Amino acid sequence: MLVQHLDPLASSLFSLLAIVSLLLSFVMLGSRWLKNYLYAFAAESWAIAALSAAVGHYGGYPELYVVAVLTLLFRGLLLPYLIWRIIGRLEVDREIHEILQPSSGLVIGALFVMFALAVSYRIAAEFHLELTIAVLALTVMLSMKLIGFLMLAVRHEAISQILGLLVLENGIFLGSQILVPGMPLLIELVILFDLLVIVACFGVLVGYLVTHVGTTSALDLKRLVG
Amino acid sequence: MTSIGGLLLALTLAPSIALLGCLGARRPRIAEMLNLLASAISFACALPLPFLVDGRQMLFWSDYVLLDRVSAWVVLCSAIVYFLASIYAVGYMRLLKEDHRLFRFYALFAGFGLTTLVGPLMNSVGIYWIAIELTTLVSTFLVAYERVAESMEAAWKYIMVVSAGISLALLGTILFYWAGSFVLGPTYQMTWAVLREAAPRMNPALTILAFLLVLVGYGTKVGLAPMHSWLPDAHSESPAPVSAMLSGALLNTAMIGIVRFLGITRAADLGQLPQLVLVAFGALSLLIGALFIVRQRGIKRLMAYSSIEHMGMVALGFGFGGTLGVAGALYHMLNHSLNKSLMFFGAGNMMRAYGTKEILGINGVSRRFPVQAALWLAGAVAVTGAPPFGLFLSEFTIMRAGLKPSFSWAVYVMAVLLIVIFVGFMNHFRSMYCGPAEDAAPPGGKVSAWCAVPMWLALAPLLVLGLWWPAGIWSYLTSIAPSVSP
Repeated sequence: MLVQHLDPLASSLFSLLAIVSLLLSFVMLGSRWLKNYLYAFAAESWAIAALSAAVGHYGGYPELYVVAVLTLLFRGLLLPYLIWRIIGRLEVDREIHEILQPSSGLVIGALFVMFALAVSYRIAAEFHLELTIAVLALTVMLSMKLIGFLMLAVRHEAISQILGLLVLENGIFLGSQILVPGMPLLIELVILFDLLVIVACFGVLVGYLVTHVGTTSALDLKRLVG
Repeated sequence: MTSIGGLLLALTLAPSIALLGCLGARRPRIAEMLNLLASAISFACALPLPFLVDGRQMLFWSDYVLLDRVSAWVVLCSAIVYFLASIYAVGYMRLLKEDHRLFRFYALFAGFGLTTLVGPLMNSVGIYWIAIELTTLVSTFLVAYERVAESMEAAWKYIMVVSAGISLALLGTILFYWAGSFVLGPTYQMTWAVLREAAPRMNPALTILAFLLVLVGYGTKVGLAPMHSWLPDAHSESPAPVSAMLSGALLNTAMIGIVRFLGITRAADLGQLPQLVLVAFGALSLLIGALFIVRQRGIKRLMAYSSIEHMGMVALGFGFGGTLGVAGALYHMLNHSLNKSLMFFGAGNMMRAYGTKEILGINGVSRRFPVQAALWLAGAVAVTGAPPFGLFLSEFTIMRAGLKPSFSWAVYVMAVLLIVIFVGFMNHFRSMYCGPAEDAAPPGGKVSAWCAVPMWLALAPLLVLGLWWPAGIWSYLTSIAPSVSP
């Protein structure tokens, strides 16, 4: 088990990268400009790619270098590029109707992190791992999950919702790099590819929404009720 | 073994070839025949599978494909619906008069059929997740096929809600892997059997957390309340053959994941909590289904809420557990697949004939379409769980399974809600059948044979399965029970 005997330098490097990713999801939560979301997402993906490489180096999993390179290419470059193209085709560049002020969103996000920490601490204590990086990895994983759902719930623009979904996925990916670095390579590769397909599908659907509904805001999607 | 391998190959190859053929030929008539042929081959290959599997697990293609009694059963359900829906689609899709892009529909339809057939057969837990995600991606475009604002909205909600939900299942799967890595070391192949073997030594707290995440994740895809919000929209706005596939094939494909994870928690001996949660979701689905059926105004939304209700029923069956519960739930899956195909086909025919999706706009069905009306009404009686149809037997079995002290409350809830659903359903059918006489057109409305035959094909086995539960099927289904529940 990697997390049980990790040298302090590696441990602090992992922590740094995990916390950077978490902070970047707060950047997404606190902004209302679509471009900012996108840059934060790209930076978050780079941090995760760096984390994969670091885990590969310190944990002795050479196949994680492949994952790191692919994460950088797919999540860090290709996905942001695809989304950037979708944004380019739309006429909106910020959230207009906010259910929740970004500042309130940040506070709720912080509460989510506290909740995630409590759960993670409890789980890690089951394995006597309270003093290891496992707590942090689980916390970041669960809180990015919750923050992603918060973004899905309070943001209406199609782009913000796509990015919210990608934050959910990023959180899982980040946590799995630290907790289960030995997971079969095949699954990680297919999930990366799967993400690409999802974003491509979303791109097509956003195009349809613009043509056939004339809006990309979920607030205007209210024909089907009951 | 090799003959079964050949069947599985043909089962999956036929829709794949149809998919490529439709894209290559780009002609509507060729595409519909290719898809029909592929679905017939898949059905013919899936039919013998339950007879050929014995109690063991059979692995194929470097252990990526797993055939056991559960997966053979669910594949059969999917193949039946795929076949019936493909026959129906030939007649229904011609009515839309959009021949120039019909080949895309059939390519997607064959792809959707393929994913629902392949999903239950996946041996790796991770790859099963990916297969389920693929079913969403393919079917989104089928939901969006009609290119009107409503279907776009439905497709968007569908892909958004289900992708978000299913990401929870991915998190749960990773946590299962993590829990297993304390037992099996950092790298192992996460198959259902491996997890099951490791389960008794996995940490209970982590396993419970992972199971709950997986249940909510795949439960979103199954349409269990309160994660059902995508289901009525997607089912009602897609073309009728797609609605039948979504309801009859897709929901079962996701349910099998929950069933397998339930088997793992059973091996881990976690007490009653997993079953209790499943029963709670099932009862809530029944409640939501009943409430929305009573005051429903759209004809296909009525059927969609009925799907939520029936998936809740299946969840109740697996939650109650025991031989009766599991056998009843699996039997219910098959009956529901047949019955819901019949209902969506009938709803599609009436929608086209009257040009509206509103129940209020449809009246005098029994005068205009006497044969259709009788057929559809028989289906409606069956879908509410009244005898002499298959769903009555399976619901009754599930109910008997719940008659134990810990779950008897759920049985009472179930009984009351089933009566409410029966009354609600019949009331809607009354208004559609006995509308004001002056509005009703004379008899003689025509429904093409393509659209009528699959309804007969669905009703006949439903009636047979209701009158007679073959001993072979009973012993087949009861033999699955020990692996799923105590």
